[in-house]
Amino acid sequence: MNDEYAGDSSQWAFGTGFEDPLAGVDTTVPQGVDPAELAAYCLMLGDDALIMSQRLSEWCSRAPDLEEDIALANMALDLLGQARLLLARAAAADPGVVPALPEGSPVPAEDALAFFRDAEQFRNVRLAEVENGDFAHVVVRLLLFSVARLALLERLRTSPDQVLAAVAAKGVKEITYHRDWAGRWFLTLAQGTEESRRRLETALEALWPYQAELLAPHTGFGVDPATLRGEVDVVLDQVFAVSGVERPGDAPPSDAGREPIGGTGRELPGGTGRDGAHTAALAPLLAEMQVVARAHPSGRW
Amino acid sequence: MSADRREWPLYEVFVRGKRGLNHVHVGSLHAADDAMAVRHARDVYTRRNEGVSIWVVRADAITASSPDEKDPMFAPSGDKVYRHPTFYDIPDNVPHM
Repeated sequence: MNDEYAGDSSQWAFGTGFEDPLAGVDTTVPQGVDPAELAAYCLMLGDDALIMSQRLSEWCSRAPDLEEDIALANMALDLLGQARLLLARAAAADPGVVPALPEGSPVPAEDALAFFRDAEQFRNVRLAEVENGDFAHVVVRLLLFSVARLALLERLRTSPDQVLAAVAAKGVKEITYHRDWAGRWFLTLAQGTEESRRRLETALEALWPYQAELLAPHTGFGVDPATLRGEVDVVLDQVFAVSGVERPGDAPPSDAGREPIGGTGRELPGGTGRDGAHTAALAPLLAEMQVVARAHPSGRW
Repeated sequence: MSADRREWPLYEVFVRGKRGLNHVHVGSLHAADDAMAVRHARDVYTRRNEGVSIWVVRADAITASSPDEKDPMFAPSGDKVYRHPTFYDIPDNVPHM
């Protein structure tokens, strides 16, 4: 390796090796914070990033242009990096969340969480897991996802947990770009051709019902996503306004296979992705993502 | 990629590695407009921490010398060795030379 670059490995997203991502970081849980609650919160955010990353990486070699192909892969890698740190944080805070592996397995805790849990143990929002569609679909998915995630990470920069605060500070820069990318493409497709607008509106209609889950109330440690609704709405309404797209009405996901209860239309019987109630799309995604790691539980990577 | 769509215009990309160095031509890309070209350049050419500044310019805005003019353009300077400032003795106390 060129010495000029080898000198400072901290400039690389993962360092130049694949050692413990939290090496050298004080992972002591701060006083007054319940370790189990902290771990649950980090799992939730880590799973969002991991599953979203996997869906984005499925775009590799399929985007309309080489340049957008790389853009999508870059964003997938940003989210994978966030997932790695957040899952490592969850494991360090509460080792009880890590699935048991064979004695002597060299699999690190964050990998055990990513590759050795089943669908109902994942806590990601269903917006992240639903099947990919066309290019408009990934634009809308990323817009809804990154507007909410950016609002959340901005608040988490002042989290009492220093590790989570640092992960959030790093993530804010990344997600700011993702939101910019998605917002620009949303506008471009909306104001492009009849066909691009039709596809955008179709994607928005399909994905909008999953948006509310990003802002579902969360009790316990961490910023409650429900408190972000105001600022998320402001940003989304701005994007809709400049794009000349009407804000969709709130309705539960039509393809979730469950009937809504109550008047809000936002809750489903059996819970949401946050409770481990997922769409049928998650299990096949996990099967593909986990197959190699599960085939070699004692493998070294 | 569909074969029938009209191609976006070609842009040439220049990236500055760090403060004090020049922007260097690193390659080209396609984009619909200038703003998209900067973002594409960021995604394609600065993934490995290469840059702190990006210039993009539409390739058709560049005026280039022609290979046909190579001799009249460049050959005359080939034997003018005295144009190099190598015939001076630089005093030891002159820095940055």
